[in-house]
Amino acid sequence: MVDPKFMKFDTCALHAGYRPEATTGARSVPIHQTASYVFRDTDHATSLFNLERAGHVDSRISNPTIAVLEERVSALEGGVGAVCTASGQAALHLGIVTLMGSGGHIVASSKLDGDTNHMFLQTLPRFGITVTLVDPSDHKAIKRAIRKSTRLVYGETLGNPGLEVFNIPAVAEIAHQADVPLMVDNTFATPYLCRPFEMGADIVVHSLTKFMAGHGIAIGGVLVDGGSFDWETAGKFPTLTEPYTGYHGLDFAEDFGPAAMICRARAEGLRDFGACLSPMNAFYILQGIETLSVRMARHTTNAQSIAEFLKEHPSVDSVVYPGLSSHSDYELAKKQLTKGCGAVLSLGIKGGYEAVRIFIENLNVFSHLANVGDAKSLVIHPASTTHQQMSKESLKQAGIRKEMVRLSVGLEDLDDLINDLKQALRMSQQ
Amino acid sequence: MAEWVINHKKAFCATGGRPGDAEQRSIIFIHGAGMDHICWNLQSRWFAWHGWSVLVPDLPGHGRSEGRALLSIEQMCSWIGKLMDAAGIKTTTLVGHSMGSAVVLHVAADMADRVDGIALLGAADVMPVHPGLLEMAQRNDPQAYELVTSWAHGQQAHFGHNQQPGIWILGNARQLMRRNRPGVLFSDLNACNTWTKGAKVIGKVKCPAVIIVGECDQMTTPKRAQKVVDMLPNGRRFILQDCGHMMMQEQPGQTLDALISAFVKAV
Ligand SMILES: Cc1ncc(COP(=O)(O)O)c(C=O)c1O
Repeated sequence: MVDPKFMKFDTCALHAGYRPEATTGARSVPIHQTASYVFRDTDHATSLFNLERAGHVDSRISNPTIAVLEERVSALEGGVGAVCTASGQAALHLGIVTLMGSGGHIVASSKLDGDTNHMFLQTLPRFGITVTLVDPSDHKAIKRAIRKSTRLVYGETLGNPGLEVFNIPAVAEIAHQADVPLMVDNTFATPYLCRPFEMGADIVVHSLTKFMAGHGIAIGGVLVDGGSFDWETAGKFPTLTEPYTGYHGLDFAEDFGPAAMICRARAEGLRDFGACLSPMNAFYILQGIETLSVRMARHTTNAQSIAEFLKEHPSVDSVVYPGLSSHSDYELAKKQLTKGCGAVLSLGIKGGYEAVRIFIENLNVFSHLANVGDAKSLVIHPASTTHQQMSKESLKQAGIRKEMVRLSVGLEDLDDLINDLKQALRMSQQ
Repeated sequence: MAEWVINHKKAFCATGGRPGDAEQRSIIFIHGAGMDHICWNLQSRWFAWHGWSVLVPDLPGHGRSEGRALLSIEQMCSWIGKLMDAAGIKTTTLVGHSMGSAVVLHVAADMADRVDGIALLGAADVMPVHPGLLEMAQRNDPQAYELVTSWAHGQQAHFGHNQQPGIWILGNARQLMRRNRPGVLFSDLNACNTWTKGAKVIGKVKCPAVIIVGECDQMTTPKRAQKVVDMLPNGRRFILQDCGHMMMQEQPGQTLDALISAFVKAV
């Protein structure tokens, strides 16, 4: 039998996007700390600017170190290409503004990261883009919310902080019936746990700041194009299917085919909005991605064990983790997250907000900060911090309760994590 | 872009981002099996913006052209002749990749007075196709796209490090393949597999020819390409290092530079 031979996931995490350079032989990806690139001659310069040739012009638009990271994430997700951005938020913004302008409409899951919620409900409307939030488990409501002007359906693989599992195949089908692409924020799962393109998603975004990098030392984001959405047939994405005066009439779908969206995102989005990643941060993030599989496996087993420990603890009144049979999406998680449910979980503590305060302030191994996906364990109270600016109604819609604490479980020894939780829970009840 | 009706079906051509005119030198880029005009995007634009009138057709049944895929290299050759008639092209330069290079050889042999130069990329005098692949393609098994994507790219390209920033070359090639209508890849591979006139048409080519060879091409090997060079009276060879069969994507800059030095600097 004949077999295609492609590098597998763990090999891609270490190698995709880079070959040791002939001139130096550098095994590690070099940090190309440069703003611009010397042209061979005037014709070379003109042709690079006019996209007649492949290559780098300016590090706002592309950079060799960042390009390695872009290829690597594309390979891990199974996409056609990617654009890295200054942050996860910038990646989301870039994806949206590449697909639509004023008058555009998005149907999004109501189980969202706090900042994404602000962008959708408060900021984008100022620019004429409106968003309808829908409970992602209510598929009829998603269908109903799609209008003529809808240009995107959006959700997070795992909701924040309720860990709702986004049913990617079902929602993709609804979106595609309406000729609309599905974009998925895969930050909490990473491609190690979930590959949205294989389930029907068309675009993936990440905050690379989190599990992808895994070290909590650099902010970054990425927009990945699955290359499967048919912009031409959908007939409602003029940025991709009509001549663009910003590049002398370039028609991205005609010239770049499956990579139309990502090429436009770079050519226009990075050129004009300019939220590029820095080469140094790309280098840091690459170091993290090299160990993605081994880290995620450990993150996930630690988190599962902690969820099971907390579930039995008398001071805990609820544990929200899709790896527990008590979670409403437990069955879906078993199908969609076969290698585990990630390392973020939420818990409710008996005794209200005062008990929560004492619990958080008495943790020693867990760090109290606003992030997830660090190799070190983290804790936060979403209602008063990350999701603080949301209205009461939005909090309710997102399922965020006052006594809810969010943990991001790290790679420390499990015994130390459990001991830390035990003593802080004891304090919280005194 | 430009469109004509050939054999009662719409024939689509990309034009490198700007329309050409009859005063300009003409160049036509012909894609290979299961591909379409998009595979030339990193070469065709340069010519269009440097004074050439560029046509990058989608062969029937491919990309944006209507109709059923043509069954033989000879039929494709005749279709290109009709395209030249429809577009009012008297003489042209022809560039072809893989199956497209076989088409170029036929056009250069049969319509010698209309062809002023040819470039053959991933070329050979015969193109036998692995029977396992052929059988998979016949069943429209999507694994056929995976196989072609895997084999067509050199070992180094499997690592990426693409000249086109941020594009994952294997993913992009796979999605391009997946756009094929059912039956098209098989029809193309079968046309390659049953092509027997290679040696005969190569012997009839008189115009200057360049052969661009991927050093690590396992589909049309450098050895086979060398046979073509040896058989051509006017053949020049460019070898691209670290490069498999998909040179237009694997080494887009070197491929373009080879074409420029063949057709522009040489003029
Ligand atoms: C799921 C998710 N997406 C996006 C973001 C935004 O990422 P960044 O901080 O890199 O802008 C966050 C940050 O908390 C997040 O948790």
